Amino acid sequence: MLRIPCPWCGERDEIEFRYRGDATRVRPAPDAGLDAFVDYVYERDNPYGWHLEWWLHVGGCRRLLKVVRHTVTHEIRAVSGPQEDPELPPP
Amino acid sequence: MSGPVRIRAGLLTDPGQPVAFSFDGRALRGLHGDTLASALLAGGQRVFGRSFKYHRRRGVVTCGPYEPCALVDVQGPRGREPNLAATTLPLHEGLTAFSQNRWPSLDFDLMEVNDLLGRFLPAGFYYKTFMYPGWAWEKIYEPLIRRAAGLGRLDAVVGTHADPAETVHAHADVLVIGAGAAGLAAATLLGSAGLRVTLCEQDVELGGGTLLDARWNDWRRQAATALPALGVRVLTRTAVLGAYGHGVFGALETLTPEASARLGGLRERLHVLRARRAVIACGASERLIAFPGNDIPGVMLAGGALGYLVRYGVAVGARPVLFTNNDEAYEAAMALQGAGIGCAGIVDVRAASAAAERAQAQGIEVHFASQVRAVQGRAGVESVTVAPRAGGASRVLPCDALLMSGGYTPLTALATQMGGDSHWRPELAAFVAEVPPDVGCLAGAVNGRQGLAASAADGRAAALRLCAELAVNVPTEPDGAEPADAAQSALEAFWEVRAKGKAFVDLQNDVTAADVRLAQREGYEHVEHMKRYTTHGMATDQGRTGGLVGSAVLAEARGEPLATVGVSRPRPYSQPVPFAALAGGEVREHFKPRRRLPLHDWHEQAGATFVSTGLWLRPLVYSRQGGWAPVLEEARAVRTQVGITDVSTLGKIDIQGPDAAQFLDFIYANTFSTLPVGRARYGIMLREDGMMFDDGTTARLAPEHFLVTTTTANATAVLEHLEFQQQANLASLRVLISDVTDQWAQFAIAGPRARDVLAAALPNADLSNEAFPFMAAMPVVLEDLPGRLFRISFSGELAYELAVPAQHALFAWESLLRAGEAFGIRPYGLDALNTLRIEKGHITGAELNGNTSAEDLGFGRMLKKQGDFIGRTLVRRPGMLASDRLQLVGVRAVDPALRLRNGMQLVTHEAPTESLGYVTSSTPAVESPGWLGLALLAGGRSRTGARLTASSAIHGENIEVEIVSPHMVDPENLRVRA
Repeated sequence: MLRIPCPWCGERDEIEFRYRGDATRVRPAPDAGLDAFVDYVYERDNPYGWHLEWWLHVGGCRRLLKVVRHTVTHEIRAVSGPQEDPELPPP
Repeated sequence: MSGPVRIRAGLLTDPGQPVAFSFDGRALRGLHGDTLASALLAGGQRVFGRSFKYHRRRGVVTCGPYEPCALVDVQGPRGREPNLAATTLPLHEGLTAFSQNRWPSLDFDLMEVNDLLGRFLPAGFYYKTFMYPGWAWEKIYEPLIRRAAGLGRLDAVVGTHADPAETVHAHADVLVIGAGAAGLAAATLLGSAGLRVTLCEQDVELGGGTLLDARWNDWRRQAATALPALGVRVLTRTAVLGAYGHGVFGALETLTPEASARLGGLRERLHVLRARRAVIACGASERLIAFPGNDIPGVMLAGGALGYLVRYGVAVGARPVLFTNNDEAYEAAMALQGAGIGCAGIVDVRAASAAAERAQAQGIEVHFASQVRAVQGRAGVESVTVAPRAGGASRVLPCDALLMSGGYTPLTALATQMGGDSHWRPELAAFVAEVPPDVGCLAGAVNGRQGLAASAADGRAAALRLCAELAVNVPTEPDGAEPADAAQSALEAFWEVRAKGKAFVDLQNDVTAADVRLAQREGYEHVEHMKRYTTHGMATDQGRTGGLVGSAVLAEARGEPLATVGVSRPRPYSQPVPFAALAGGEVREHFKPRRRLPLHDWHEQAGATFVSTGLWLRPLVYSRQGGWAPVLEEARAVRTQVGITDVSTLGKIDIQGPDAAQFLDFIYANTFSTLPVGRARYGIMLREDGMMFDDGTTARLAPEHFLVTTTTANATAVLEHLEFQQQANLASLRVLISDVTDQWAQFAIAGPRARDVLAAALPNADLSNEAFPFMAAMPVVLEDLPGRLFRISFSGELAYELAVPAQHALFAWESLLRAGEAFGIRPYGLDALNTLRIEKGHITGAELNGNTSAEDLGFGRMLKKQGDFIGRTLVRRPGMLASDRLQLVGVRAVDPALRLRNGMQLVTHEAPTESLGYVTSSTPAVESPGWLGLALLAGGRSRTGARLTASSAIHGENIEVEIVSPHMVDPENLRVRA
């Protein structure tokens, strides 16, 4: 089970959060076209290593967080607000 | 005299407290403190059950939780529970246990024939044998296998739990797992340092290996007494089941029968423990040696025999033989000899050892460089054949017990679950796992330490390391006043005696060394493949006594070192866990939260039948009788007079801020910025992939204030969607989102007389069509209660929805009922609501199923042309516009006597097995006989007027239907605008 350090509430169990997907994907400009949106909605990497994820703290402050998580060890390296850009550590 | 017997008082048993119990219907007596196994052994019982596959007689092998053979059924308050280890089952007054896997009796078992047929039952037998003919699988093979399969017996119907379980959540700085020498030493030091420590021990007493060495009694008692004063939380009878990352561990506490009785039958506690660091001091488990007959009752692990003697005062035999490759195991033989039990000899695979000298000094004969080649006896060991390993004349030693020890395997499961790698340690002939440094450390036997003093020192070292890591002051180290470890000779890796007969590597699943070799020959070379092909290590004991032995046999067959072959990966749980313990208190009505409407009590008193929709409990119909008649009566009242229904479950989201309108324009596929204050608009939300997500009515209460309503089913999902979009994609907008679902109760008043009712209830409001037309919204005051009135309709009739603060729901509801009395108002439930909306062609979850687009559901023209919105690009994918997509239509059964069902497939006469679509919602019509419904039909709108067959293969029904517009009532919307 993940323990996610929410910047607003402190370290909390994973069940308080809702996973909201891959935070490396950014919504394309409105007129970026079909291919860009297909890519945004459907194409996902499945990295072995560090990953940037959206987590919504529904059982707490209801803030959206960006979480840097290792997909194998589950280590959480950084947690930030949605507008920040935490850097992914090298694999 | 031969066989097991109690010879003295044990450490745990109280001779002054006899306990009556029964086994296979026989009334027996044991002592308080006994386990079922020790009590049965004390009574001379040797055979405890029949084995899984060959139905061979089996006795007790261990004195602890990893028992492969002595499993029993227990008849208790939970019904008949199978596969409980007699070796850990505490004896209590009235315990009723049964042996397993025998028919008709333990002594005479018809399935024993499997033992003789053994050579025809190799590994993979099922896969190879039950192949042809294909039809025979279901009719013959599977029932046959199912009857033969399994060990214990489970009650077919499990009643409500008389003895529930509970879940406990807890935090600690350090979790110490195992209270042997290492764990006790570590917990003491960590507690002295002021850290919050939890100590888990699966045994009934603290001490681990120190329990079996009298020289450690004082040290152990002192440590155990001191722990509570240091603030250490001590949990005995608590097995740590698994490590789940981030310092989270699961542990199962089994309450004593006395505690259980005191706590109303509570039997287990599942602990969810969160710790900053863990000290894993769970020890090592003794392993068997594979030799022919290593399963005959009386053959057991040496450490088990020592356990029965010390803990319960039971000698497992009157004339035991020891077969070993290590010095540690000598302790069992020497302790028995010291207790007056004459040892018939020690068979040591090594040429010499330090322990052997001590044993010989005690007068025990030691056979060096020898091995046990055969065991004689069926119901119990009668003698063993011993021969020099190099060959030569063999000897037969008469005996009634054979103690075996192939060395000790560190219990690496938790460490590997925490991400540690395993390393081969030749001096132990075993793997030791590392633990990643920032999660904790290992201590004691699990860390490869041998000897109690060495383990205690290792425990202290681990504690000191953690004190430094957690930045606490280290207390002065207590002087290690512990008894010194005896000098030991090294063990010699020894796994198997190759001789004629079945040599088991997994006693519970009846896997032999030959099965492992067969798996290798047939290509299952990887240890994980071998495990699954032979079922080695897949039983309730997870093969702990023989897991490494199986790997060693596989390594030899592959011609590779055991260090490369490895062992199969251990996953949680480390021991069997009752489902009841996992469920804890979350059973029946506590399984999930139940949301009650503000008017729940009123609905109940009015005679409502309730239905669960999501978490909500909603009135289905105001009648306790079944059938459609009361539903149609309610619906008819709405169509002809007026009805009132509780729609408080609708999701309500309050949106405020200067950019609220812009926000909604992005969220909804249609436009809201043009909505005037005091008006509501039906809105559709898409997902980014273009599919319909949700719909509902949104009202503009003020220029910067909107109230969004969602479907009941999607209320949570829509709220999260809005919050996500606002924070991820629209952070620059000044918008506040608040869920007000629970704050407002909302009632729909629907029917031709609805305006009359509202006019009576709200005498100061102008409800004329001009002042308050269809889709208008305004604040109102009901007597002196402020509320909001919307002119919206789900039923297709002239209708209003009144929202009031939830705490005043009853007042408002009763006011409306009083106002409506003169017009024949009556409440209607969810069934009538559904009937009305189907006739009107309004959609709910059945149609909003995630696979339907706005175009499919007839909302294509609502998609705005200007501006961005979620789903805007992908909703125009070519596939979304195809004319043969499933589209929403109405269906009407041609024969009014025949019923439609949800899920009926729509087919043509010509191709009755080719589905063109299906019925999503169906209901009897309100005002005319016969059934109608909504359906999703390929190219549906172009088929209006066509006749198709609605077919349900399950019910064997085929009904002719006419495809019609989904708007089957008042398609011109004259009623809602009346």
